[in-house]
Amino acid sequence: MKESAKKVKAILAKYPDSGRDALIPILQDIQDELGYLPTSAIMQVGAHLALPSSKIYGVATFYNQFRFQPKGRNHITICRGTACHVKGSGKLLENAVATLKIKPGQTSRDKLFSLETVACMGACGLAPVITVNDEFNAKASPAKLNRLARCCKDEITQERENS
Amino acid sequence: MAKRRILLCAGSGCVSSGAWKVKEELLRKLDERGLTEKFEVVASGCHGFCEQGPLLIIYPKETLYCRVEPDDVSEIVEEHLIGDRVVERLFYKDPETGERIADHAKINFYAKQERIVLKNCGVIDPESIAEYVDRGGYDGLRKAVSMDRVAVIEAVKQSGLRGRGGAGFPTGLKWDFTYKADSEKKYIVCNADEGDPGAFMDRSVLEGDPHAVLEGMLVAGYAVGADEGYIYVRAEYPLAVKRLRIAIEQAEEQGYLGSDIFDSGFSFHVSVKEGAGAFVCGEETALLASIMGKRGMPSPRPPFPATSGLWGKPTCLNNVETFANVPFILREGWEKYAAIGTEGSKGTKIFALTGKVNNTGLVEVPMGNTIRKVVYEIGGGVKDDREFKAVQIGGPSGGCIPNSLIDTPIDYDSLVEAGAMMGSGGMVVVDDETCMVDLARYFLEFVQSESCGKCPPCRVGTRKMLECLKRICDGEGEADDIDWLINVGESIKSYSLCGLGQTAPNPALTTIRYFRDEYEAHIKDRTCPAGACQALIDYVIVAEKCKGCGLCIKACPVEAISGEKKTVHTIDYDLCIKCGACMEVCKLDAVIRGKPAAQKEEAA
Ligand SMILES: Cc1cc2nc3c(=O)[nH]c(=O)nc-3n(C[C@H](O)[C@H](O)[C@H](O)COP(=O)(O)O)c2cc1C
Ligand code: FES
Repeated sequence: MKESAKKVKAILAKYPDSGRDALIPILQDIQDELGYLPTSAIMQVGAHLALPSSKIYGVATFYNQFRFQPKGRNHITICRGTACHVKGSGKLLENAVATLKIKPGQTSRDKLFSLETVACMGACGLAPVITVNDEFNAKASPAKLNRLARCCKDEITQERENS
Repeated sequence: MAKRRILLCAGSGCVSSGAWKVKEELLRKLDERGLTEKFEVVASGCHGFCEQGPLLIIYPKETLYCRVEPDDVSEIVEEHLIGDRVVERLFYKDPETGERIADHAKINFYAKQERIVLKNCGVIDPESIAEYVDRGGYDGLRKAVSMDRVAVIEAVKQSGLRGRGGAGFPTGLKWDFTYKADSEKKYIVCNADEGDPGAFMDRSVLEGDPHAVLEGMLVAGYAVGADEGYIYVRAEYPLAVKRLRIAIEQAEEQGYLGSDIFDSGFSFHVSVKEGAGAFVCGEETALLASIMGKRGMPSPRPPFPATSGLWGKPTCLNNVETFANVPFILREGWEKYAAIGTEGSKGTKIFALTGKVNNTGLVEVPMGNTIRKVVYEIGGGVKDDREFKAVQIGGPSGGCIPNSLIDTPIDYDSLVEAGAMMGSGGMVVVDDETCMVDLARYFLEFVQSESCGKCPPCRVGTRKMLECLKRICDGEGEADDIDWLINVGESIKSYSLCGLGQTAPNPALTTIRYFRDEYEAHIKDRTCPAGACQALIDYVIVAEKCKGCGLCIKACPVEAISGEKKTVHTIDYDLCIKCGACMEVCKLDAVIRGKPAAQKEEAA
């Protein structure tokens, strides 16, 4: 059995004899563990809950939280809440799309970056807010974002040179 | 000897500005100086003054230090804790008088508030039930279970409490409906989905005082005859989920949750459900569908959840802040509560004050205070002394209240009259640099992508409105677009299935109502008066000011700027993505926003 399938199995074992109301928590656990929802995992969940995969996709695609592609090495989220919008997060996003050459929800082909927007992180007092690998950056700006992206890239180039 | 307390704000705001690093450094420094026995570092929930974070408060005098960085810690420990000399440079500086203030109670931001629900937030350790109980926690529940159920409902009715989740439905009445519904099994559900993007009151209450919410739910459970409760929390709030889980565990250990609470025969259990990121799940019927593992689609009411909710059973659903008001009403008596606020809106309301305002953060004021008081007296006025243009209240369902109505009292009815609504409590201040058409477009984009798609007026209507607003922002609007927007907006409001569609046109309609001239400028003159709409501006380098330092060249992510050192730089508009990074880094103000280059050529 593949590593990821084993992990999914272990998660499912925590929900014995569960009904449909366990579906979302199970998907959340799987995404926490694997970073996204691979097709094979959806099939396993379907078998466990006796639900057709189409139903599961129906639920999973309804919610913004679920991802169907693996995250990049550097995962950037940009808040698109109102407070952040008023402080220029729209520009931040356009800037990120142009520099990283990926759209929200995508992972770059070299798997170095993935980009996501969220509706509000609840840190509106410090807008605009972005996170890089779950670390908050308050009062972000296009220049700051560019710097962060450059840092990530440099780090990776360095690693490659070293190895 | 009791340890001296050092309170570190660990709300989401302060954490994002680096509170954990400050804590780490503080612990290290205390250890280094052998002071760990004398001082305790307590991480609290949100203290509310997010703009000034990370915040540190040192007891017993409650000296407040602002914007504390790890590098400042050493000085605070040496000077304040050991030398007993305050570090004045880290005090809050009053923007008007320039005075440094040590005592947070004397800072206008706090002094002009009235904190009932936020009483404990940022003061107690939210992970310690003992601290909650010390401050009167669970007294309200104790009192409730000694009363008759009907009397509890009556007290909540008399208090005048109305739902804080948006619509302002009288809470006592809702409880009464659920109480009267005939069923063995009933549920209590706490709506902690906080979908309004730009609001964080519920998050702060959950993170800062989770037991207050539990206590409110318990009282509700007792009153309506429910023995099980769910808290539906947004996925984006991991810290709130963690604190809630700890609170539930502690309440179970201490017997406030579980079977036969206070030997009254009343039993209650609570579980946490994490949302998965869908705005419409804040709507009550959609939320219940989501708890049951389905797509979060609203369903027509009636039946109301009070008669048929979770798994078809009577379900009483309230907002976080609504529940957090309940302990006060029981503990202090409804008379005291009803004395606060206005005739039709009792008690206080928490607002998340954000946007272009000096003091951003959490504000709790009695109902009936004016917008002016919140923005100017508490919020310290508009940032950089710019012009106050409007305040957006109520998020995607709400509207913009313009400068001319700044003396509108904040209560349910006055806000509706002004075309907005209380909503959950997001309050975003906008100045003359914010384009109102763009703001309307932003909200439409939001509701359009969050529309669940079940009913056509909302699904199709919001998309059509969005397309029209986009056109206007791009300088391609047509003369009759404004009237068209009003017409379509009114129909969407009348014919949509749930509250999302019924309120979705509001941001567009109120901005048209109060800022029609801005729409007209976009349509007739093809200009954006605020200089915000990308298609209608270009970044321009002012030759007279540019010294050729190269900073903008370095900042530009797409290499659109070129020029030798010490010569005037130029922008290649074919490459420029208008991100504004050049303007941000230029120290000489040599980059400005101007009319688009193409338009200028046409004119020439
Ligand atoms: C689209 C939509 C989103 C909503 N989002 C929320 C929300 O995030 N939080 C909330 O408490 N209520 C929200 N509501 C209101 C709820 O449906 C419900 O009225 C409220 O939670 C009831 O609690 P209350 O009586 O204590 O206000 C929303 C309603 C609609 C139509
Ligand atoms: S609007 Fe961005 S954190 Fe709330």
